[in-house]
Amino acid sequence: MRSLPALIALGFIMLPSPALADPSEGPKPAAGISSAGTSFLTAVTIGAGQPVKVAAVTGDYLYWSFPAEAGQRPELAVTVDLSEAAGRSGAQSWTVEVFDGLRRRQACVGGEQSPVAAVSDTELTLGCRLRQVRSWAEPWDGDPLPGTYYVRLSSTDLPEKDLGLPIDVALNLTSPTGDTSADQGSLAAPLVPDNRPGEVLTAAPSPTAEADEDDISLDWLPDFSSRWVWTAAGGVIAAITGLIGFSWTRRRRA
Amino acid sequence: MIHRKLSLVAAIGLIAASAFLGATPALADETETEPPVVELVLDVSGSMKAADVEGGATRMAVAKQAFNEVVDSLPETTQLGIRVLGATYAGKNKRLGCQDTQQIVKVGTVNPVAAKNAIATLKPTGFTPIGLALREAAADLGDTGSVRRIVLITDGEDTCTPPDPCDVARELAAQGTELVIDTLGLAPDEKTRKQLVCISQATGGTYAAAQSEDELTDRIKQLVDRAALPPPVTPAAVTGAKDCAKAPLLAAGVYTDRELIGEHRYYRVAVDSGDELRASVSVALDRPLNRDYGVLIKAATMDGRELVRGVDASSGRADVISAGLRWSGDEEPDLSATSDICLEVSNSFASATAAGAPGMPVELSIGLAPASEAPDAPGLGRGLLLLFVLAIAGLVAGVLAGWLTRWWVAKWGVN
Repeated sequence: MRSLPALIALGFIMLPSPALADPSEGPKPAAGISSAGTSFLTAVTIGAGQPVKVAAVTGDYLYWSFPAEAGQRPELAVTVDLSEAAGRSGAQSWTVEVFDGLRRRQACVGGEQSPVAAVSDTELTLGCRLRQVRSWAEPWDGDPLPGTYYVRLSSTDLPEKDLGLPIDVALNLTSPTGDTSADQGSLAAPLVPDNRPGEVLTAAPSPTAEADEDDISLDWLPDFSSRWVWTAAGGVIAAITGLIGFSWTRRRRA
Repeated sequence: MIHRKLSLVAAIGLIAASAFLGATPALADETETEPPVVELVLDVSGSMKAADVEGGATRMAVAKQAFNEVVDSLPETTQLGIRVLGATYAGKNKRLGCQDTQQIVKVGTVNPVAAKNAIATLKPTGFTPIGLALREAAADLGDTGSVRRIVLITDGEDTCTPPDPCDVARELAAQGTELVIDTLGLAPDEKTRKQLVCISQATGGTYAAAQSEDELTDRIKQLVDRAALPPPVTPAAVTGAKDCAKAPLLAAGVYTDRELIGEHRYYRVAVDSGDELRASVSVALDRPLNRDYGVLIKAATMDGRELVRGVDASSGRADVISAGLRWSGDEEPDLSATSDICLEVSNSFASATAAGAPGMPVELSIGLAPASEAPDAPGLGRGLLLLFVLAIAGLVAGVLAGWLTRWWVAKWGVN
């Protein structure tokens, strides 16, 4: 009978796991991706470390999307293989652009974002490193926030003659995590586009009743970060210097 | 005892299994948009006789071979039709030749044998009425609410202009549900290439050149595979008003509209006090435009006071230009619990050749999410300065405590 609690515990562990499985979760990072979208809506979702290899033609606009969390510094590395498109008539300007979930342009702080391929080049490398994703920003601010990000790879300037020639594109995404201790606040909902068909309303919807918040919350407690260590260490040092200060006032015995 | 344990294990297993099965239908609900319908439009005009493709084969032979391979490898769910142009009329009468287009495979799940037989009988013959073929193809696909795609494969330019097929494409794209035309040039010359690029640009499609059978087959397969994958959403059509008061009231979701160069369009969104409005707009560059351009989306109160704006400007080749904004009512305590926010979408395009109707495609995405609270000052500190201040404070407190103790001992005489 002793095994009963253990079995119940096992049942509880097993129960929630299928329900928790995130439907939006992409395939395992090991699986490669061989397609790209042609617009923001059809962008193909990729994950960090997932190799992407796509056959395309010059002049295509290729879209991918990836999720990012606060503290990450996503970095893209793109290689365009131009060897099949030999016999081009002029130089091509390429660019890799990153947009956030609201389709706002995000700045690249590293990497070759807009290189030019000369007529003889057989390969072109592009890169873009984003700023660190913040946990919160003012609504009118352009800081990168948690949510969906879109990548668009395109050529911005090329001779009209060279449109439609076959190329191969390889893309790799890495998302190292930086230090989040400098961030305050959090975004109530990540910037993920609400992809459902729109609906034109005839009357304004009535305001939804506000939910009562009478349960005990631990939201005021900051997440663990280096600030906890600094503050606790400061307390210890203050106690030690307090003792030192106390000892200075003792009368020295002759 | 053993039996009881076994039954317990079985019961837990059943509960776990039912929870898992219960979760599956919820996942299936997510893909509710219908797969797009596709029509391949093949040029069978006289010029397809030319034997200039890699390996010395005629363009027609290459196209047939590619079509057969594509038909063989079609995904099961694909709704596909095939239409040809210039296939039957061999005469010289332009009026008759320019009516020459037929649908040889009806849009639906494809029967590979019948489709291949139909393809096998094709002979390169007549004129190239691309504009008419596109019009008919759009009619074949109907307007069922799912995204419509046309793949146009041709080796030569339209020999039946006017109407210019590029204008036809833009006009078709502006009618009904989203229509995308992907074009494939078979050993194209300069005029053909320009025309095909123009057609694909007008509808947000792609253009590719094929110099060999492999290239042609791979590209058609890629386009058909792409078409088999439904987009996450079919945007709803909306018409923005000329001012705030008459603007349509929008719920959260994705919309399409058309906007002329230099036109301003207004929409309204009702935002609860605890909600944050998220709006993004993309304007597609569907025609030849001057080098520099921009788009602006502005949120304002109904009486015209600006709240926030999203703006982007760019130059050169691009498919769309986008901007977005966030706004939450918490910063505006004067506004009532639910306030209508006016969204204004404008652009700064210029075109020397095609500034008129239909307008440029606009995609508007509206989201309503819980508003985020502005954070308080940090509750914890960090850095050497913090340690220094705490150390000095501790030292001072220690000295004070020491003096206090000495004074206390001296006064009361107790050790």
